[in-house]
Amino acid sequence: MDEAAPLFRMAGVSKRYGGVRALDAANLTITAGRIHAILGENGAGKSTLIKVMAGVVKPDGGRMELEGREVSFASPAAANQAGIVCIFQELSLVPELSVADNIVISDPPTRFGMIDRRKQQAIALDALKRAGAEDIHPKALVKDLPLSRRQMVEIAKALARKPRILILDEATSALTAADVTRVFQVLKRLRAEGLALLYISHRMHEIAELADECTVFRNGKNVATYKAGTKSDNEVVELMIGREYSHVFPPKLATVGEGKAPVLEVRHLSWTDRLNDISLKVRPGEVVGLGGLDGQGQRELLLALFGVLRGCSGELRIDDKPVSVSSPSVAKSPQIGMALIPEDRKTEGLMLPMTVRDNLSFASLDRISRRTIIDTAEETRLIDEMIKLLAIRTAGTAIPVGALSGGNQQKVVIAKWLMNKPRIILLNDPTRGIDVGTKQEIYQLLRKLADAGAAIIFYSTDYDELIGCCDRVIVLYDGAVRRELVGAEITERALIASALNIQSGEAGRVLVGGP
Amino acid sequence: MKEWRFWLAEQRGTLMAVAIFVVMFAVYVLNHPAIQSNGFSVTALSNISQTAANKGVLLAFVAMAQTLVVLTAGIDLSVGMTFTLTNCLASWIVVGDPLQTALGVVGVLGVGLLCGAINGAIVIFGRLQPIVTTIATGAIYFGVALLLRPFPGGSVNNDLADLLTGKVFDLFPASLIVLAVVVLLVWVPFSRSVSGRAAYAVGSSEIAAYMSGVPVRRAKFLAYTLSGLLASIGGLFLTFFTYTGEAALASGNTYTLFSIAAVVLGGVSLFGGRGSAIGAIFGAFAFRTIGDLLFVFNLDPLWQPLFQGVVLMIAVSLGAFGLFRVRNRLEWFG
Amino acid sequence: MTETAHQDSDGGGGRLPPFLKRLDPAVLTAFACIVLLLLVGSLYSRNFLSVEYLLQQLKVASFLGVIATGMMLVVLIGQIDLSVPWVVTTGAMMASFASSFGPAGIVLGIPFGIFCGVLLGLLNGFGVAYLRIPSMIITLATNAVAQGLMVVYSGGFSPKDTASAPMRYLATGFLVPGLPNAVIMWIVIGVLAVFLLTRTTFGRAVYGIGNRERAAYLSGINTRRIVMTTFAISGALAATGGILLAGYASKAAQSMGDAYLLPSIAAVVLGGTSILGGRGTYLGTVAGVILITLLQSILSVMQMPEAGRQIIYGLVIVGMMLLYGRERLVR
Repeated sequence: MDEAAPLFRMAGVSKRYGGVRALDAANLTITAGRIHAILGENGAGKSTLIKVMAGVVKPDGGRMELEGREVSFASPAAANQAGIVCIFQELSLVPELSVADNIVISDPPTRFGMIDRRKQQAIALDALKRAGAEDIHPKALVKDLPLSRRQMVEIAKALARKPRILILDEATSALTAADVTRVFQVLKRLRAEGLALLYISHRMHEIAELADECTVFRNGKNVATYKAGTKSDNEVVELMIGREYSHVFPPKLATVGEGKAPVLEVRHLSWTDRLNDISLKVRPGEVVGLGGLDGQGQRELLLALFGVLRGCSGELRIDDKPVSVSSPSVAKSPQIGMALIPEDRKTEGLMLPMTVRDNLSFASLDRISRRTIIDTAEETRLIDEMIKLLAIRTAGTAIPVGALSGGNQQKVVIAKWLMNKPRIILLNDPTRGIDVGTKQEIYQLLRKLADAGAAIIFYSTDYDELIGCCDRVIVLYDGAVRRELVGAEITERALIASALNIQSGEAGRVLVGGP
Repeated sequence: MKEWRFWLAEQRGTLMAVAIFVVMFAVYVLNHPAIQSNGFSVTALSNISQTAANKGVLLAFVAMAQTLVVLTAGIDLSVGMTFTLTNCLASWIVVGDPLQTALGVVGVLGVGLLCGAINGAIVIFGRLQPIVTTIATGAIYFGVALLLRPFPGGSVNNDLADLLTGKVFDLFPASLIVLAVVVLLVWVPFSRSVSGRAAYAVGSSEIAAYMSGVPVRRAKFLAYTLSGLLASIGGLFLTFFTYTGEAALASGNTYTLFSIAAVVLGGVSLFGGRGSAIGAIFGAFAFRTIGDLLFVFNLDPLWQPLFQGVVLMIAVSLGAFGLFRVRNRLEWFG
Repeated sequence: MTETAHQDSDGGGGRLPPFLKRLDPAVLTAFACIVLLLLVGSLYSRNFLSVEYLLQQLKVASFLGVIATGMMLVVLIGQIDLSVPWVVTTGAMMASFASSFGPAGIVLGIPFGIFCGVLLGLLNGFGVAYLRIPSMIITLATNAVAQGLMVVYSGGFSPKDTASAPMRYLATGFLVPGLPNAVIMWIVIGVLAVFLLTRTTFGRAVYGIGNRERAAYLSGINTRRIVMTTFAISGALAATGGILLAGYASKAAQSMGDAYLLPSIAAVVLGGTSILGGRGTYLGTVAGVILITLLQSILSVMQMPEAGRQIIYGLVIVGMMLLYGRERLVR
């Protein structure tokens, strides 16, 4: 390590949430003019660490020092004043206010006690320019912007506060590849200007490109700090999960679904300007992946199949019979037999305050009841079966599902749907924010379900997953099918190439900075 | 050129309310017996406006009060009771020589501020939900009103009352001038201040506001306190119109519920974060004009409540037309 | 509505026996307050703890209880029903009106009154579920429309507002010697409500929708139908309450429902049901209803003037909510 004096230091910081130790005597040292990456599984303490630094959460013990002086932050405002600014994963933008309002929100320029709108506009324009987001109009309302634009506003907002330490918590997850390139340029320039940056991400290639030093967290503790590039990916993952890291993906069958009639067929599906004339077939036993850059229509396709979108044109056929899916309750009916594991488990997949039991049986209420009266014995039987099948770790079925870890919560979501015995399973980025161990279990489960005859459509932002789990991958670009890759054709190079809509040969020259 | 387009989108609710009111009032004026029989004249218009203004201004003040709280994603079910309480108090202390009267007015406004502050304190520091809090405080304020005026009575400084309910330059209704002054002195500074912006932020997303370091507590407290102040101005004006104080439960409740209707008609979102008190004022006036329209078209007063109810129902259902444009049903849910 | 961090308080169940620990602390507190009120009441009048008086209290509580049952269901799905005042009145007036048409009228009067309540409830439900109008405003509008209709009815035609014999029997009769019929009605409705909430798919869906409607929808629940049904039930129960009230007073009157709106909301909330939805038990609502009824009785026994009653009523609600209705801090 260099001899440069640390700008910020955290020593022995702890935080408990009920019985869970989110941070356990954690240490961290941050130096100015460097990008410091933090890695770790979900639940390892990264989020809590940042929240403590940013003043959102009060630690139970330990000490924080800024330039050698002890500090503690009573609120995010206090942390901001000390120069620590955080770009959160759950965005901190106010939807009903404009972009400019949001950028200056912590400290608006005033004149005679009232907000100076002209100055505010100037500050906003400057911040947007520094963030590389000049295409965003300062007067646009945040709620009217798509997610990727909102994240850019979030970055501009952070920059407008003239931070000394900038923390990015999975800040690039929603960005397009072009945005990511621009943001990386901005971050590197900030580093050169003497800022200290803390970068949390799951994406190894991003860390490889940006970081100067890395720290791995596990179980709330700092288990390793090292200079970037001095450890292999495998070594890092082993540090993250604390045990030996073996091959992640279950083997695929050589020939899948051949000769069988497709259980799901889509013909010329279109919807507003987000889906353009999509046609595809899925046969029983197949795991079909949806690839392509973020925001090319993959999520919308899944929602359209599940009956959530209105005004879709085109045809949907189940077992070669045309059907009309007008709502999720129609989609999950026995005649169609679909299931959707949604994008955000906390707001779309679960009712966090309700018990594990109630959540598990929520999609199969018709199965466990006779004429709307619930048969609790049957319910218990099915629930126990599911808990065993998915190895859900929970202290009983009567506790609120919000108390479970992220991985187990996702298992509850999957189990909830499996209880309804679906034939077609749609998954919307199911392993996002899940620890490595649970991810592997989910991969095994998907393969098992496919082998038992289910048809699976699987959207993932992780190339490795698409390569490892899927029999076929359909790459979308601008809402249309760009390319279909089958079996051995599914390689990272091919995925990137078709995602970026360029020929395969050029793919090698493209910066590997996309999702 | 895109600048005004953004402003338009932001103010859409308020502009709609203005438009609705203008249309309704125009219909009313044109069909008014005075105009019908004697033709259009400035005097006639002025007289009609004065009567309409005096009736509508009371609800306008209460609607403004409700707006401030609704912007923070709260609701104030005690606003009609603050209105009643200050009316009763005014009938006691807004009397006598100019100095005494002035002190009386200050006292009444002070009590209004206090009522609002109590609501705010319980919601913020007690961390209770606004709907429950204000149901309870409403009962308390009404009880105090009853203590002050178990039977209708009292009086008020007649000169002041006549001044503020009469006409200025024999043309403009004085009550409207007062309304405009209050808007300029209370609403405009608040909405453009940091606390006012914070109130909008809190209503739109309290978590985002907190994470952004917005002064959440100060914004809410100020919103509730100013709300009490505005309700008390309404109560004061009621005293100016009726020259008495009366603790009428039905009337207080009615003002509370009508203020919610006025606020919705005025384009303020009950979910918080969107809308303007100016819209609420026009919503209040529009609401009041409904009854006037009935009178003008010679409909049996028996049908007025039903007409008012149906118009309200249609008005609030208008927002549903936006649903046709919704393509992703997940947008139905917040 | 505001959505600050909404978590169950930890409760102080450290030293309580196991079965009490599983009870919502709010419900426990409510029942403790009921006991307290009974003791205070007995200080003022020796009759207060007598069986007849208590049964009389239960009878009065039944009217509020029936109405509060409907309100609880609506609050559970995260909505509010401000149309109670005039749905109550409509139910009473329409039942009396229909009962005046000879023997068939006597039989069909009560069902007709309830049916009117259902219609108004469906109007609410349609607005909330299909038009996505905030319940606070659509129920206000329905209230205004119902009022308008009743004003026209009672002003235009000679209103037949005398309660029929069956209505009076329901409210004041004694099927079981000693136990007022109104209480039996409440018990029956209460048992049905508990069954509905705890043992049917409808009840599960109600809690799910109140917790997170988005997730319930994506789980394949027909959320719109459930919401509409809930409001229809609330309308029916409010109308039933009105019918009972008319039977008690032997006639239907114009403002009879006004005094039941805020107390029904207060009863639901004092019983531990969260105003944001998704959490609450019927036992709590029962406790809340009895609590409010007892409070109002004690205040009248003490011959407290109306002013004092209102103030104490408000203070009690704030006081109790501060005990167990507070949201958790987000730090």
